[in-house]
Amino acid sequence: MTFEEIQQRLAAKFGERIGALAPANKDPFLVVAAGDLVEICRFAKEDAELAFDCLMNLSSVDWPKKNQIEVVYHLWSYSKRHAFVLKVLLDRAQPQVASIESVWKSADWLEREQFDLMGVQFEGHPDLRRIMMPDDWVGNPLRKDYAEQPQWHNITTTRDNSLEGYVRLDELKKKAAEAAAAAAPKKEVLQ
Amino acid sequence: MQGFLDNLIRNAGHDPATWPYTQFVYLAGMAVAALIVINFAAIASGIFSWAERRVAARIQSRVGPNRVGPAGFLQWIADAVKLLLKEDLVPDEADQFLFRIAPYFMMVGFCCVFVTLPFSHSLIVADMNIGVFYIIAVTALIVVGIIMSGWSSNSKWSLFGAIRSAAQIISYEIPGGMALMIPVMLAGTMSTQGIIRAQGGLPWQWFLFDNPAAFAAFFIYFTSALAEGNRTPFDLPEAESELVSGYNTEYSGMRFSYFFLVEWGNLWVMSALAVTMFLGGWQIPGLSPERFDALTGGTAVVAEIGSLLIFALKTLFFVFVVMWLRWTLPRIRIDQMMSMCWKYLVPASFAGVLFVAVWMLIVNAAPWLGLAMRFTLTAVGALTIAMFALRVLKNIRDTGDKFDFTSNW
Amino acid sequence: MSKPLEIPTMDMENKEVLRRIEITGDMLLNMGPQHPSTHGVINFLVQTDGEVMKRAIPEVGYLHRSLEKIGERCTYNGYMPYTDRVDYIAAMFANQGWAMAVERLLGLQVPKRAEYCRVIACELNRISSHLISVGTMAMDVGAVTPFPYALREREFINDLLEELCGARLTYNYLRIGGVAFDLPSGYEDKVSTFLDHFEKILDEFNRLITYNEIFIKRLAHLAPIPAPMAIDYCLVGPNLRASGVNFDVRKALPYSVYPEFDFDVPLGKGEVGTPGDSWDRFWCRVEEMRQSCRILRQALAQMPKDPAIMGKVPRKIKVPEGTEAYSRIESARGDMQYYVVAGSGENAHRVKIRTGSFTAMGIIDALSRGLMIADLVALIASLDVVAPEIDR
Repeated sequence: MTFEEIQQRLAAKFGERIGALAPANKDPFLVVAAGDLVEICRFAKEDAELAFDCLMNLSSVDWPKKNQIEVVYHLWSYSKRHAFVLKVLLDRAQPQVASIESVWKSADWLEREQFDLMGVQFEGHPDLRRIMMPDDWVGNPLRKDYAEQPQWHNITTTRDNSLEGYVRLDELKKKAAEAAAAAAPKKEVLQ
Repeated sequence: MQGFLDNLIRNAGHDPATWPYTQFVYLAGMAVAALIVINFAAIASGIFSWAERRVAARIQSRVGPNRVGPAGFLQWIADAVKLLLKEDLVPDEADQFLFRIAPYFMMVGFCCVFVTLPFSHSLIVADMNIGVFYIIAVTALIVVGIIMSGWSSNSKWSLFGAIRSAAQIISYEIPGGMALMIPVMLAGTMSTQGIIRAQGGLPWQWFLFDNPAAFAAFFIYFTSALAEGNRTPFDLPEAESELVSGYNTEYSGMRFSYFFLVEWGNLWVMSALAVTMFLGGWQIPGLSPERFDALTGGTAVVAEIGSLLIFALKTLFFVFVVMWLRWTLPRIRIDQMMSMCWKYLVPASFAGVLFVAVWMLIVNAAPWLGLAMRFTLTAVGALTIAMFALRVLKNIRDTGDKFDFTSNW
Repeated sequence: MSKPLEIPTMDMENKEVLRRIEITGDMLLNMGPQHPSTHGVINFLVQTDGEVMKRAIPEVGYLHRSLEKIGERCTYNGYMPYTDRVDYIAAMFANQGWAMAVERLLGLQVPKRAEYCRVIACELNRISSHLISVGTMAMDVGAVTPFPYALREREFINDLLEELCGARLTYNYLRIGGVAFDLPSGYEDKVSTFLDHFEKILDEFNRLITYNEIFIKRLAHLAPIPAPMAIDYCLVGPNLRASGVNFDVRKALPYSVYPEFDFDVPLGKGEVGTPGDSWDRFWCRVEEMRQSCRILRQALAQMPKDPAIMGKVPRKIKVPEGTEAYSRIESARGDMQYYVVAGSGENAHRVKIRTGSFTAMGIIDALSRGLMIADLVALIASLDVVAPEIDR
């Protein structure tokens, strides 16, 4: 089924809550409301025509200018060999969406990753905790306005530019050479 | 050995029974014998470590140590020196006393075996009449050492390795011991020299080809010996890919080397025992033990050296087989190993013992049957070896491989 | 040194996950992050009762290098070497996924010869990646010898790829719009000689380890993954095909010039155990190497004569902000997917790389209940997870 057909089938089931496919960028996508997500996903999985048995990718995109965080769901059906893209637009200050781990098990780790790196809260996730960063890390690295904490357990997160170290070494050597030249006794010229 | 020492005392002009210093001479004799034996064990272990590395490398299409000495032969000396000079680390949280003495339990258990292990016609420290029983009993000390080392390391992974190893060794004592009873029954004595004397030099005179149960018993014993020595396919206790190194993870330096000394020395022990029990030991083909005893002068010396060489060659062959197995076979999981021991090897070994008992009665009544069975089994063995050789040649041809003995030494 | 370093104590007591599970009375072990099973730096919290595990919880992130964040500040061309590091054992595929995603963004056409070069490089890389995978799997189960044999064959491929693009591991061979270098002269003969030799070695490998009795005893019936479970957890690649799902991106969603080649897709049938068990995953990889040899021979025979290896790529790659593209390729470890959102300048706004190993980690916890520790090692090896792919 093409993207349009899938969108029509979803619209047939959910009516008003399904908008139009976003203009065909390179891959069209469908924006849905955060509240409808679980229901739509469950229908997409269980419907005989759609049969989306796999959530193959879950990413989140940070748009600070629009004050939004998008969560993008790429669905795939092994039996029907068609794909679909769902998007949910969330408020950047408090991005929250229901977890679809109950629909597809692969969402477990994929959602944890976006929780960790982007800070999206997935309600209903059985085990929402950091996955890449240490458990006591502060901040969400993939956000556009992310500033690293200066240190973690007394390990600094910045390093001197190594070139500065070499410059210091050069200056030390120069100083040592000058001191040696000044301290060396003047050689007497033999008559 | 006591007779030898008594002769020395008589030659010096004293009567052993009345001389007050007889016991001191005995003590000195024991010390010298122990020194020789332990040195032999240690040097053999070192050389086997070199041999294992070369064998492993050639099997894996690599070269192995080849820098230190000709063909890397002095590598084990370099390694021993390095290990001696290493820092003696005892983890802070380990049990200080047990951690330190655990390797010595293993060394003692290992070295004691050499007391009744024959090397040639008259080279044996003490030919006790309970030789085999003594060997089986004394190797149990090794288990104590392993459990102590694993527990005292105060590391969960070491404990894992130690418990696995203990379970494995204790379980495989049973089929191993029962399989060793079969040559004992066939020879009628537990003394190692006695068992060798009951066999002959030619293949069909070995206990290996005596009857099908003895044939099976050899393999049961060999498998059990591999398990007791923690060798692959039974090396789960030191499974490198899971536990780093099992019970000897926390050890370093000389203490660590004791563990490996025991493991490689055990190669000699298990092979020597297999050769003694099943393959005719040091017997020279065509020279019966009685005629051997009667030899004097130069011929006796030549025959003695010949018997030593024969024993050594047979043992080294099996050492090579054990190394070969290590680098070919994967590891068996602990529960599979346990089930193999208790569900298959133990009943098989018991059945074998019963069969041999009945067989001995039959052969008593009809000796020609025994002879026929020996020749048949020898033919079967020769056939198997021939088929194996043909298969190897076919494999080599199929991959377009070549024998190349000239390069990569 | 101004003040002493406080060694970070991620003690067992402080771990978040331990606040959420019940461990009374059981042993809690850390398997990793350094352990000799060479799948990279991954930690497993193993809750066991003796030898039998109750749970094995993977902890990842030790190799997280923020490659996705770096994608947001690199130009499209400049990001290519970073993609090598996404999966440094099968780097050509990571290159190809990125190249295809950006080419889709731009609507670029890649010349035929460049596509053939890509296929040859990728299939050689698939063989070398699978060699590592089967070698380490055999080593984890205890047979040490197949690993040097696999590495020995991989050395030939390393030499071939070094001749092609100058590097042995992280190739940076593909470019947006084509490839960097054409095949050197005499390359076809060298690859053919290698293939003639390699196919015989595959048979020797099978004789040595694949059908070895002990190997089968260790791996058959171990953690069989039924097809619906594999699909639900989004396993891909040989893991999925071992469970019987006939899905190979090269056949199902053909890209590049794969439609022009004739090859089979090995499926796990439970030949010596249950369908979808660890032995099937091992066997699938061995057979895929054979199929890669087939593809390579055909590719070498059908190389087009037109020497163009780069398409018409603009000097500065700029795409309207918000344009998205998605690419899927059949990497050595499965279906690798790149999701690229174009940014306002010459770089991307978001790069998401979805790798097979990441989702495979998610299934380990579910499969490990009731397994033994020795089995856990075999299971991880059979799923062929590599840490760089998981953590990026």
